[in-house]
Amino acid sequence: MIVIVDYGAGNLTSVLRAVSFLGFKSVISDRPEEILEADRIIFPGVGAAGSAMDGMKIRGIDAVMKKAFNSGTPMLGICVGCQIIMEKSEENDASCLGFIPGEVKAFSKKMRSDENMETEENFFLKVPHMGWNSLEIVQNHPLFNGIKKEDEFYFVHSYYPVPVKKEHIFGTTEYGINFASVIGYDNLFASQFHLEKSGEPGLLILKNFCVWEPC
Amino acid sequence: MLSKRIIPCLDVRNGRTTKGIKFKDNVEIGDPVEMARFYYEEGADELVFYDITASHEKRDIMIDVVKRVAETIFIPFSVGGGIRTLDDMHAVLLAGAEKVSVNSAAVKNPEIISRGAKAFGSQCVVLGMDVKYVGKKQGIDSGYEIVINGGRKFMGLDALSWAKKARDLGAGEICLNSIDADGTKDGYEMNLTRMISDNIDIPVIASGGAGTPAHLADVLKQGRASAALIASMVHYGTYTISEIKKYLDGHGVKIRKTF
Repeated sequence: MIVIVDYGAGNLTSVLRAVSFLGFKSVISDRPEEILEADRIIFPGVGAAGSAMDGMKIRGIDAVMKKAFNSGTPMLGICVGCQIIMEKSEENDASCLGFIPGEVKAFSKKMRSDENMETEENFFLKVPHMGWNSLEIVQNHPLFNGIKKEDEFYFVHSYYPVPVKKEHIFGTTEYGINFASVIGYDNLFASQFHLEKSGEPGLLILKNFCVWEPC
Repeated sequence: MLSKRIIPCLDVRNGRTTKGIKFKDNVEIGDPVEMARFYYEEGADELVFYDITASHEKRDIMIDVVKRVAETIFIPFSVGGGIRTLDDMHAVLLAGAEKVSVNSAAVKNPEIISRGAKAFGSQCVVLGMDVKYVGKKQGIDSGYEIVINGGRKFMGLDALSWAKKARDLGAGEICLNSIDADGTKDGYEMNLTRMISDNIDIPVIASGGAGTPAHLADVLKQGRASAALIASMVHYGTYTISEIKKYLDGHGVKIRKTF
């Protein structure tokens, strides 16, 4: 069974709908024993990493997530799920799960937007980073099977992960800066963009996850 | 680099779209779920549903539409029209909408923006603004005034200061509709769009006046909108989304290539 972890970080039904559209069964759960028994774990979420972590701690799920990760269960983080796997977040200095060394930083409005380059004016970056953006695959991964160079994905976020080690970065995206939009290692894969809202390419990665056997 | 979004808008009354779309073979379809699916497959980047059901009692019909849309299309979509309370917002989001847009209710009670942003996150809360040009005068420094009730009631509220206030209250995006341009097919209101977009640091969706792909290119480039709303130009089959996107791609607008 695929378990979609409910840690109070937003509406999880769209992920559930996408998974069932693909023909896989999943449940939304916040029960530690159910999460530990899962064949696969998806942890989506929106909002702030700090409050997402608080949501995990209150439910006693943070320890369960670590256990599941160490036991090799395939895990997929989406959006804020791609941030809480870092060590900490700049936002309120929140400490996170720490699966991947590095931290979560905020987009700065001082960053230059790469549009409107034809003028000399220095336009601020709109935050949140909202909309469709491309993905540059910097390291191959089984979950990218079938993904084409021109495929774009849907993003909504104001913070982004900054892994310390290059080997943890699988894809990058340009928005004011070049940031890591797909990270992971071993049985863990996480995308900053919303797989459940990214049309066909998003569904494809989700489907690849549902059959992924990490070595 | 972030793509500009092309967003078809569907008006829904009692569970049916008020204007059917004409497919190439001229079959008219008024089922919002089928229309959503059609635009999804055509390459729409997002969808907007506007519930114009008159009675509050019939809102459950819209919730059912939202649920059915969410089961078959996997791009973001927002729902607006008649959203008055936090419960209204919650019902729409729970049914599967990505975002909910508030308009008149927010003018009357701005707190709904901050309460909505706190409860569901800023990214869910879109401020819909209906704006009319009135010229600069006392209290309307920008020359643009907020109107409600389909453009009939002037609120004495300056469009730019209202946009700033809504942003501070936690709105994550603005859907900016020009009452003057709406329905004209003469192009978007460029001055208004650029003014709001240059002064507010959240994304702005331009709405009202789209008649040709060139209008979209103008508002996405010179108007600096993040997205453009379209309705009749695609509903009546005058253009397909692919045709619009091809035009934009050929005219220096970064779009998601779905053609």
